[in-house]
Amino acid sequence: MSEILDLTAAELAAAVAAGEIAAVDATRAYLDAISARDRDIRAYNETYPDEALARAKRIDADRVAGKNIGPLGGVPVALKDNLCTTHGRTTCASKYLADFRAPYTATAVAKLEAAGAVVLGKTNMDEFAMGSSTENSGLHATKNPWDVGRVPGGSSGGSAAAVAGRLCAAALGSDTGGSIRQPAAFCGVVGCKPTYGRVSRYGLVAFGSSLDQIGPLTRDVKDAALLTQIIAGGDPADSTCLGDSVPDYLASLDQPIPNLRIGLPREFFPNNNEALRPDVRAAIEKAIEAYKAMGAEIVEVSLPHSRIDVGDDGAISSFAVSAYYIVCTAECSSNLARFDSVHYGHRTKQPVEDIVTLYSRSRAESLGQEVKRRIMLGTYALSSGYYDAYYNKALKVRRLIANDFKAAFGKCDVILCPTTPTPAFRLGEKTANPIEMYMADIYTISLNLAGLPGLSLPVGLSDENLPIGMQLIGPVLCEENLFRAAAMYERARPAQWLPPCAN
Amino acid sequence: MSTRIDAELVRHIGKLSRIELTDEEVSAFARQLGDVLEAFGKLQELDTQNVEPMAHAVELANVLADDAPRPSLTTEEALANAPDRVENFFRVPKVIGGGA
Repeated sequence: MSEILDLTAAELAAAVAAGEIAAVDATRAYLDAISARDRDIRAYNETYPDEALARAKRIDADRVAGKNIGPLGGVPVALKDNLCTTHGRTTCASKYLADFRAPYTATAVAKLEAAGAVVLGKTNMDEFAMGSSTENSGLHATKNPWDVGRVPGGSSGGSAAAVAGRLCAAALGSDTGGSIRQPAAFCGVVGCKPTYGRVSRYGLVAFGSSLDQIGPLTRDVKDAALLTQIIAGGDPADSTCLGDSVPDYLASLDQPIPNLRIGLPREFFPNNNEALRPDVRAAIEKAIEAYKAMGAEIVEVSLPHSRIDVGDDGAISSFAVSAYYIVCTAECSSNLARFDSVHYGHRTKQPVEDIVTLYSRSRAESLGQEVKRRIMLGTYALSSGYYDAYYNKALKVRRLIANDFKAAFGKCDVILCPTTPTPAFRLGEKTANPIEMYMADIYTISLNLAGLPGLSLPVGLSDENLPIGMQLIGPVLCEENLFRAAAMYERARPAQWLPPCAN
Repeated sequence: MSTRIDAELVRHIGKLSRIELTDEEVSAFARQLGDVLEAFGKLQELDTQNVEPMAHAVELANVLADDAPRPSLTTEEALANAPDRVENFFRVPKVIGGGA
């Protein structure tokens, strides 16, 4: 059975389609792995063994009957717990939604299921996707499969840990400021945040509506291209979803990009060990050398408004991080206003006399500290007298950040940089200091503000044997080039790293 | 920009946010919100006088759909998660003439 767990989603789909592996056996192999190992990693909030096996059985029957079982026929996948599904619960890892059963299924999930995927369960996350370590989960913490003393990153930490820990073949996550790419880097898997609007957000519980995007976490680049292909495309249920046709990402994947021009933003290679750890820098530089050896041209570009500043006291700051946290907290305060304990969700058991106390007490009892902090920050930033100084200012800086990228893409096809300044940190290391935690997303955040696609892929191991991620960034709707450029590196990469628990 | 956040202001923001706060939370949030707002103040270093605000990452205009009826949630589906319901209604404490 261990061979099943070692296959990529594309390999497993091919084996199921060819009748070499039964979908039921693949599903059972993953369910067994979850029973055996998820008590240590705790990637899942909930699993659906009976439904998954029943579905796998139907897929096997369809195959025998000669029906098309789809490009992911029989492939067991995991879903971040902020994606609505009519089976099971959709909790967003919040006590507020602990018993919530969604009345509809997210478009991305429906597309994945229509392609034949078998949903194993829902994965843990920072509550409402607010966090960078999955420690803000209102349910439990998830551990990094490489070292259970460390965080898997976040907020899609459960999905990243499940893929790395061989507890699913592939997973979906969501990315508002780095929440797919940063955990992918920390767990040594591939994570892709498509262009804003490439994938429908219908059924994704909203956090920052102008920033949120659903994307895959996978074993390799081909799986990321395959899953993106399946979930991308227009959706009448999401008016911000782009109707542009989806290119065939797999058709060109194996073709190297001739004369590939890679931009290195000088601001993303700071000479400071806190802002970029030396072993992370060394791994990225090695990857750049590999691209050079393949004939890529390296050009220097500049992203001045995404630059990383280090103060005299060593404190790290960034225009992009500041602008991002104003925009995302403003949007979050508005989006989370719907949690009113009237229509669904937690309601206080204490007797209350009036409706404002009902709202305020129910929310106080069921929301975590980071969520409260962000709702309050956003409420303040949008409040009368402060709107121009904070929210409007942030939107102007957002334009400057987007313009920097536009200018940079005049000189290069893709931009290359680290995904994170350090490898996975220890559980508890950053929970006391919100700003320090916010800086974990310093390399990923500006893409969400600009709406650009980004992909993180593993490029090496740190001094303490933890995975290091490299981020590739493309212009709007240029996912195809990102996958091709990432696949070029992946083919040239010396070895495939597997987390210790995989064997 | 002044970013001093005192207990009174935290309580006011808590009220606007519809979140009851304990005394411990008020003092912790006063410190943390002050720190974060100070970090936000960094943006004042940038001259943005002639910059157009950007509210959406990929700007779209006038996304239109036919004004046609289509199936939506049934009453039972809409009420299925209600913490308290009476017949086809969500039940809440008295709103008119009540404390707030």
